[in-house]
Order: sequence, then C-alpha cells, then structure tokens
Amino acid sequence: MALLSNFINGLGLGSIYAIIALGYTMVYGIAKMLNFAHGDVIMVGAYVSFVSIASLGTPPLLALVMAMAVCTILGVVIERLAYRPLRASASLAVLITAIGVSYLLQNAALLIWTSNTKVYPSIVSFAPLHLFDGKLTITGEMLISVLTCIVIMVGLTLFTGKTKTGKAMRAVSENRDAAELMGISVNRTIAITFAIGSALAAVAGVLFCSTYPVLNPTVGSIPGIKAFTAAVLGGIGSIPGTLVGGLLLGIIEIFGRAYISQELSNAIVFAVLIIILLVKPNGLLGKKVNEKV
Amino acid sequence: MRLWKSKTSRQNLITLAMVTVAFAVLFFLNEGKVLSRSFSGQLVPICVYIVMALSLNLTVGILGELSLGHAGFMSVGAFTGVVAVAYLQQYITSPVPLMLVAMLIGGIMAGIAGFLIGIPVLRLRGDYLAIVTLAFGEIIRNILECLYVELDGGALRFSMFGSADVGGNFIISGPQGASVPSKLSTFGLGIGLVLFALIVIMNIVHSKEGRAVKAIRDNAIAAESVGLNLTSYKMKAFVTSAILAGMAGVLFAMNYSTVEAKKFNFNTSISVLVMVVLGGMGNLRGSIIAAALLTVLPELLRGFDDYRMLIYAIVLILVMLLNANARVKQIKLACSQKLRSLFSRKEASK
Repeated sequence: MALLSNFINGLGLGSIYAIIALGYTMVYGIAKMLNFAHGDVIMVGAYVSFVSIASLGTPPLLALVMAMAVCTILGVVIERLAYRPLRASASLAVLITAIGVSYLLQNAALLIWTSNTKVYPSIVSFAPLHLFDGKLTITGEMLISVLTCIVIMVGLTLFTGKTKTGKAMRAVSENRDAAELMGISVNRTIAITFAIGSALAAVAGVLFCSTYPVLNPTVGSIPGIKAFTAAVLGGIGSIPGTLVGGLLLGIIEIFGRAYISQELSNAIVFAVLIIILLVKPNGLLGKKVNEKV
Repeated sequence: MRLWKSKTSRQNLITLAMVTVAFAVLFFLNEGKVLSRSFSGQLVPICVYIVMALSLNLTVGILGELSLGHAGFMSVGAFTGVVAVAYLQQYITSPVPLMLVAMLIGGIMAGIAGFLIGIPVLRLRGDYLAIVTLAFGEIIRNILECLYVELDGGALRFSMFGSADVGGNFIISGPQGASVPSKLSTFGLGIGLVLFALIVIMNIVHSKEGRAVKAIRDNAIAAESVGLNLTSYKMKAFVTSAILAGMAGVLFAMNYSTVEAKKFNFNTSISVLVMVVLGGMGNLRGSIIAAALLTVLPELLRGFDDYRMLIYAIVLILVMLLNANARVKQIKLACSQKLRSLFSRKEASK
C-alpha cells in the first residue's frame, strides 16, 4: 500500500513538473531558447495568488485567475523587452539575458515580499480521500494536480493540432523563415507562446505551493530546474514527451526519497536523467534530427 | 623581437603584462593599506573567479560546448584541498608549499572527476550536453552534502551520512561543510594561479591540440572527416578546464574558515558563465576583465543596499541588449577603427 501511495504522490508531483515543463518545451520548440526565468514566473504566480488569498480575501479560484493574468502579462512583457531585441543574436546571449531576468524577478520579489518564508494556504478545500480503510490517502492537491495536468495536456494538444494559431506555432517551430514567408507573424506567435507558457507557470506555482506550502523568492528555481530536466528527459520540444518526462521525474523523485535516500534524492533524479540520455540522446520521445553536411 | 611580430603572441603578452601590472598595483595598494577592507577581502575571490572564467572559457568559448556545472569541479577541488591540507599539515609546515601541493591534489581530483563526467557528457550535443553538465554539477553537490570525513589520529576516515563516528576531528561534516584548518590563500598565490591558468590555456590554444579543438568547434563534421578524433580532443580540453577549476576551488576554500557544498550550486556555475559570455567567448583577456568587474560589482553597489542585486540584474540585461543593438555595434566598430588607425602603421598598409 505504501508503494501505491508513493506512486500517487509521484504522479501528483510529476503532473506539476509536467505543467512547468510545458512552458520550457513550448518556448524552446518555438523560440529556440532556454528560458531560465521560467522558474521565477512560477514564483511570481505563487506570490500573486498568495497575496490575493491572504490579503484581499478572494476565493481560491479567483486568485488562480489573477495569478494567471499577472503571469501572462509578465511573460509577454519579458519577451517583448528582453528577448525580442536579441532574436538575431547567438543563443548564449539570450540565455544570459534570461538569467538576468531570473535574477531580476527574484530580487524584485525579495524587495516586495521580503525573504521571510510564508506559509501558503492550500487552494484545495475538500478533504483527502481515504481508501482501503484509511490505508491509502489521496490528498485533494494530488488529485487536482493530476486532473489539471490532464486537462492542460489535452487542451494544448487540441490547440496546437486544430486551431489556426496552434498550427502557426508548429510552423514557426519547424522553420521560422518559411513560416514568415507564408505570412505567419513570427513575433506574434512567439508572444502567444510566452503568454501560454507563463499562464501555465502560474497554475503550476499555485499547485506546487498548495502541495508544499512554503513560499519564498527562490521557491521557483528548484522546480524550474527539475522541470527543465523533465522536458529534456521526455525530449524537449515534444508535448507528449513532456508529460512522460514530468511524470517519470516525479515518480523517480518520490521513490528515490522513500526507498533509497532522502538526502540523495536530487542526485538520483539527475543520475536517471543521465542514464536515459546516454541510451536515448534526444530524450524519450524527442525527434531525432539528422545532421546534414 | 620575434614574439612581438606575431599578432597572437603580441596579444598574449599584452594580457600577461596587464595581469602582472594589475597585480603589482593592487599588491602595493594593499600593503600600503590604501584599499578598503571589503575590497582587499575581495582580492582572492577575484583571482578565483578569473581562473574559473578562464577555465570555463576553454570549454565554452574554445571548445564550444555549453557547460552549466563548472562549479561542481570547483567544489571537488575545494573539498579535496581542505582534506589535503588537514592531512598534510603534519608533514609540510610552511604554508606556500602546502598550498601548492593542495592545489595540485585538488586539481588532479577535479581532473579525474572531469574525465569520468566527460565520458558520457561529450557524446551528447548542444542543449542536451548542457543539461547533463548541470545534472552532474547538482549530483556532485548533493553527494558532497552527504560526505563526512574525519581525521582520526593521522588517518582519514570517509563515510556517507556520518554513520561511522569514531570520535576523530571532522574535517568535512555533510551539510555543515568543511572546516578549513587555516587560511592559507594569499593574493600572491591567487595571481600565480591566474598567470598559470593563462599560460596553460594560451599554450593549448596555439598548439596542435588547440587548433584541433577550434576546428571541432567550428565544424565537427568537417573536423572528423579530416581525421581528427573528436572525443579525444574534446576530452583533453574538458579535463584541462576541470583541473584549472579544481585548483581555483582549493584557492577559494582556503580563503574562508568554512566552506559549504551549497556555495557551489547552479547559481555559481551560472555566474561564471555570465563572466565568460560578457567577456567574449574565446577571449581570455575579456574573461579576466569581466570576472574581475563582476566579482567587485556587488561590492561596489553595497551603497545601494537592498537594491544591489536588482541593479546587478538590470545591468546584466542592459549590457546584453546593448551588445546586440545595431547602432551600438556601429559606434563600437567606428571607435575601434579610429583607435587602430591611431596606433598602427602596419595594418593600414596590409
């Protein structure tokens, strides 16, 4: 039963990783950049919802919507001001700028909300499910995380597959110049990608802080790195790959913590990543890119 | 002078002279107590970060592979160095040879770590390579956080999670980090290491190996098709870079009374990478200047108190944006052309 309960906890954590990783994957696939500030957008989302619940007393759902709205605007503004001017530069220049944005968000949060760790009130109000005479407990946060993840995955798959904007996104990710020649506005498509990715980051921030109720200005960086790992694990640029990578990473982390060593759980997660990349150098579901001479 | 005629050796000599002069000036200012206390406390860290930036430049700028785990090698060097000093101080009493031996051992251990990590890492490409170096950096940090080393009557005892306490002196105690026996780092040693790193990297760049490595960076397929062994050359550059980072780690650790593994986290790797990119990839002199400036910058901004890291972030973003700005590029080009026409007669005739 402990095995099953760990598995479910892993799924819950993995779902949150998958939602964060989607932001990385979409931005990477379409703008070809590693957005290191993504983890800090999670943090901003968590703080906005925290302020909204604790200070303004709004219902959790409204707080979530507010967090999403703020993060969406933030994502688009960051893209417009910091990344768009560097569109033609080397990818490392964009990476460093992203790191700069990450520092900026962390330190701005430090000034606004101070470094004091806050206890985050869970947005999930219903009681945990007790199954098998209370031997197996599924918390509401876990359930909501998994459900949200499924809804987002299905929604995004439909969005990129069926809608015009989604098709434009895929076209831009395949070949930016060709897409532009077909009349697709590359700047607009990238801005939309950032908007979606940042809104998802807000959702992930709220879910993550509901599950692990501590909130401080660096709360986003570790899940950010883990989610990035998950995106690479599943094959960066692929939406189903992200789901697989995220869930796998969450389960490995919880199992590693429970059965191998609490202290070494991070090392275990990263060791698995390395082993998988050695066997499948493009991630589990990543596309193999043939190099042309 | 034959050396002066070749353009690259001339540039190298200028860089070496620059470091030496800067050292001399700072050394006398420091001896004369002209420098403020906080600034003279920064002298060794400046040297450490210069060596870190130089060594990372070998991987990122010259080999062309993005490494996000450079602090991992630094931490291997740092912890090995502390253990080496704690163990060897009963045999070697004078501080400078002790430090040199510790740096050698730290460098070798970091080099071994670099070799072991290089085996899987250098098979991968681009961003996948970057994430695996990040992963290794975190793994090293995680393991060091669980490592306990105690000195028990002249013998070293290693254990994980501190399970085997035999009542000796703990040199490394897991998350609390390593307690440094005595502060041995000096500015002189630091500059010595900077010059050593500079000379090593300059010689590599202008050797057969260096040309091979640059060929691999520019076009791996073309390099392979003319018979270069990619893995072997990449490995040589990667291990050299790790060794230098390990030596810098020893110097860093010996500058404090305690060193914690969490000091060498992802953020440290990233800030070294920022130095390399700001200084210009593959440009050694740029790395030195950027590393020195970025190490001092938070200190200089101390007056702004709470806002200093915010200002640091804004400066970083603005520098990157201005670097890419077309108009700024034009002005830079015009300035450098004007400077060149002022100083050189030869290049005009070419």
